[in-house]
Amino acid sequence: MEPRPRSFYALTAFFVLFVIFLYGPTITIAILSFQGPQGGLTFPMNGVSTYWFHNLFEQQAVGDIWGSFRRSFALGLMVMVATVVISVMAGLAFRKRFRGSAALFYLTIASLVIPSILVSLGVGLIFDRFGLKVHWATSGFGAQLTWTLPFGLLVMFAVFNRFNPSYEEAARDQGASAWQTFAHVVLPIIFPSVVGVALFGFSLSYDEFARTLLTAGSYNTLPLEIFGMTTNVTKPVIYALGTLTTAFSLLIIGAFLLAVWITARRRARRMASLAKAG
Amino acid sequence: MAVSRNLQGWLLAAPLTAVLAGFLVLPILTIFIVSFWQATEFSIIPAFSLENYQFLLTSPVTYQVFFKTFVYAALVWGLTLAIGFTVAYYLAFHIRSEATRMVLFLLCTIPFLTSNIIRMISWIPFLGRNGLANQALMSLGIVDAPVEWLLYSDFSVVLAFVHLNTLFMITPIFNTMMRIDRSLVEAARDNGASGWQILTHVIIPLSKPGIMIGTIFVLALVMGDFITVRFMSGSQSANVGRLISNDIALLQYPSASATSIVLLAVVLLIIGALMRFVNIRKEL
Repeated sequence: MEPRPRSFYALTAFFVLFVIFLYGPTITIAILSFQGPQGGLTFPMNGVSTYWFHNLFEQQAVGDIWGSFRRSFALGLMVMVATVVISVMAGLAFRKRFRGSAALFYLTIASLVIPSILVSLGVGLIFDRFGLKVHWATSGFGAQLTWTLPFGLLVMFAVFNRFNPSYEEAARDQGASAWQTFAHVVLPIIFPSVVGVALFGFSLSYDEFARTLLTAGSYNTLPLEIFGMTTNVTKPVIYALGTLTTAFSLLIIGAFLLAVWITARRRARRMASLAKAG
Repeated sequence: MAVSRNLQGWLLAAPLTAVLAGFLVLPILTIFIVSFWQATEFSIIPAFSLENYQFLLTSPVTYQVFFKTFVYAALVWGLTLAIGFTVAYYLAFHIRSEATRMVLFLLCTIPFLTSNIIRMISWIPFLGRNGLANQALMSLGIVDAPVEWLLYSDFSVVLAFVHLNTLFMITPIFNTMMRIDRSLVEAARDNGASGWQILTHVIIPLSKPGIMIGTIFVLALVMGDFITVRFMSGSQSANVGRLISNDIALLQYPSASATSIVLLAVVLLIIGALMRFVNIRKEL
């Protein structure tokens, strides 16, 4: 191997600093969430305890944390399923040109760049005009989809741009129906990306703030609850909450990555055994 | 044949079309209509009045706030581009093992999937009056008293924007760089180009589509934001998004709608101009 150029070491240092910049603050609040009962929002640590985590679960200490967590979790799952199904279908549609496809594509990009607060405001106004009650599972759900679907579709474009259609042709030549071709050929190939879309769908929904602000109604989602706390909480309890939600997000990300890794490994093993048999 | 092809496309795209029609097009149309309405303290009244726009376009506050929005956008764009390009370049051209590259890329991506609000809050122990930054500056003897402008200032707003949005530069630029034919770099080197020349004459020109897509993302996110500015400035600075959210808080929906329409027009003009330089679908 050729020796590393000098720029490599400078860039490595830059990258390390960038990663510290990304993760440093989060790690700091994770440490500070273990403040002692008398501890404040900044260092030094005033003893070490899990006081603030207990505090979080005491009744009336803060808002309805558990309720908002349950709602955010349910909403995340709903948005995840809808995002996966709708994005895969649209991704398949866009493989061939159809009348209106260009307009629909630009509309999807618009959905990505239009400020979130406009979606929130507009959906809220519509529900108000029609005398409907805004609720996280209806107006909130729809408003969040305008943010997750463009991401899902972009991932699908990336997948199908690299997709080799000869596999499908082979399946069709052997008499597979359109559905069989999709279920047994296309879906297994795009599966890792579909898992990626699912992860995006869940996480973007679980953390979404602006689009649910005026569309969640009287029952808050977790980000709304957290934001409510930031205006009046001056104790490390908010760090404890931040640490828990971040840990939960990391857990979800880990589970998804594990799923992709296991399927990739299983597939590699099956290929190896096929090669041996052949 | 053409009909059945169109039909299949329409059926498969129908759910996407329905969601975007109901939760994007219809809401924006509603905002447009309401922007001509009038409001009292308690209710909004259907009307056709240009009052909201007249007030908006003659108020000096509007121009200050739009100017502030552009300043934030320009600063954040420059910083995220510089950092994002450098990180993407490092990952794409200096990391030799594919597995390491994926792990390092994931390392950059993961924070994007955690809560933005928590990530903003987590700057408090760093930048606060008694935060780590001030403790370090004072113990090094650089300053005598705590620096007050670290938190709840334009500085912290820009810092948080960069913290939250650099990923939107890294990902598209990295994606474009990974598609650059490595033999072009080899050819340049064989012809005697220095590392710097390869960067400026080969890699940067070929990375332009990724830079464009990243720019679209970052500008749209920063210009449409209201929560980062509100939280990180301690409600002391305002951009257009905050103007809208303040009106909403006061139930002045027609006025909020008029501001929204102007903001939307500005954002779509800028993004539309940028879209002419890049074919997003091909670059993915």
